[in-house]
Parts: sequence; C-alpha cells; structure tokens
Amino acid sequence: MKWILVTLMVAATVLSDLLQSYEMKRAGRQSVDARGLMRLLREIARRRFLILAIGCMAVSFFSFMALVQTEPLSFAVPASAASFVLETLLAKVLLRERIGVRRAVGAVIVLCGVILVGG
Amino acid sequence: MPSQPRPGTIIRVWTIVFLFIALKAVGNLSLAWGMKHFPQVMSANPLPYVLAMFNPFVALGVLALILALLMRMALLSLADLSYVLPVTAIGYVIAAFLGKTFLSEVVSGQRWLGTALIFAGAALVSSTAPSSTGNQSQ
Repeated sequence: MKWILVTLMVAATVLSDLLQSYEMKRAGRQSVDARGLMRLLREIARRRFLILAIGCMAVSFFSFMALVQTEPLSFAVPASAASFVLETLLAKVLLRERIGVRRAVGAVIVLCGVILVGG
Repeated sequence: MPSQPRPGTIIRVWTIVFLFIALKAVGNLSLAWGMKHFPQVMSANPLPYVLAMFNPFVALGVLALILALLMRMALLSLADLSYVLPVTAIGYVIAAFLGKTFLSEVVSGQRWLGTALIFAGAALVSSTAPSSTGNQSQ
C-alpha cells in the first residue's frame, strides 16, 4: 500500500507542476500586487490545465497525509523528493528548458540535502 | 545560449521567491499550531476538517498557503520549473529553524548538514538565468 501511495503522490506532484509551468509560461509575466493577483485568479479560472493542476495538487496532498499516517516522516519526505528528479528531467524533455551543468549539479546537491533533512 | 533576463527580472523573481517562502512558512506554522490545539484526530469524516476551519490559526494558515500557491504560479510565469524547484527548497531550511524556535523541535546534525547542502545547491542554481525558454514577453 505504501508504494501505491508514494507512486500516486509523486505522479500527481509531477503532473501538477508540469501543467502549472506549461500554462504559466503561456500566460506571460505575472505580478503579485493586488491587480496582478486578480489577473492571476482570472487566468486560473479560464485555463483548464491550471484547474487540473490544482486537482492533482489535492491528490498529492491527501496521498502524503495518508502516507504519514502509517509511515514515518523520515520515509515520506525523502520518498516525495523523487518528484524533484523526475520533474527536472521532464522539464528538459517536455518544457524544453535548458539545464546546464551548474543548474544540474545544484539540483543534485539540493536533492541530497532534502533527503538528509527528511532522513 | 540561454536568453538574457530583462533588467529587473532577477529582483522580481527574488521578491516573489521571498514572499512564497515566507507565506508558506507562516501558513504551515499557523496550520500546525491550530491543528495541534484542535481536539479531533485524523478521520475519514470531513466534518472535523470543516470545523477546524473556524479556528483562527487554521484559517490564517489556509489563507497564507493559498497566497503562497498564487506566488508560486506567478514565479513559474517568470522562471523555469528546473530553477524554481531547487531555489524554493530553501523553505526546508526555514522550516527547520521555525520548528526549532517555535515548536521546540530537536534538529539533528544530519538535518543541519542537509540544510547546508540545500543552501549550497540553491545558491548554485540561482547563479543561472531564471528563464531559458524565452518566456519574458508580456
């Protein structure tokens, strides 16, 4: 059961972030003042992929909550870090982001840190 | 070659990173504080969760987390996902400090080492241009 929950949590997180990144790149530069936040809310309401992304986030959140009810946090947090690797790879393949050596090395160092913090 | 960021983009990106991390930390802390003082335990029944929303700490936490979500979406309109992920991981560091300060949690040597690695990795990633896909247009 725990691996089903981990898979569900990671898949939902990855899908949510990829959809958000894809749609927000298309939406153009956003600002976070009061007017900017209203505009952002309108973007969310009219872009189906953003609504789907929020749904995926909810699935991921409840999978995590279910996981920590039966497994220790020292398992759940490093397990959730698997999404970090997948998302970086898929950002390169699907979103065509250029990931140079510095960014790749930095991401691996952060990943090690996240695993240590959770472990 | 990666596209050069517009003047002011870096400042805007870091302002939103800061707001996101601060709102997420305040939201999680407030939610944790509110739920700790709520008598009901986790259950399949949604009613306790709805009732918990009337607790001011829980309500403040939820509001802060919703604002944090909007900040992260705005950030993704300015920067790559592969940039946002490691840079916002600094939130784990803040969580360790807040846990130690406000919730009297013990932070082990291993956790501090992890914290240092997150800082170092995030610093390295932040030295790259935030956006490589040319999404700088309005």
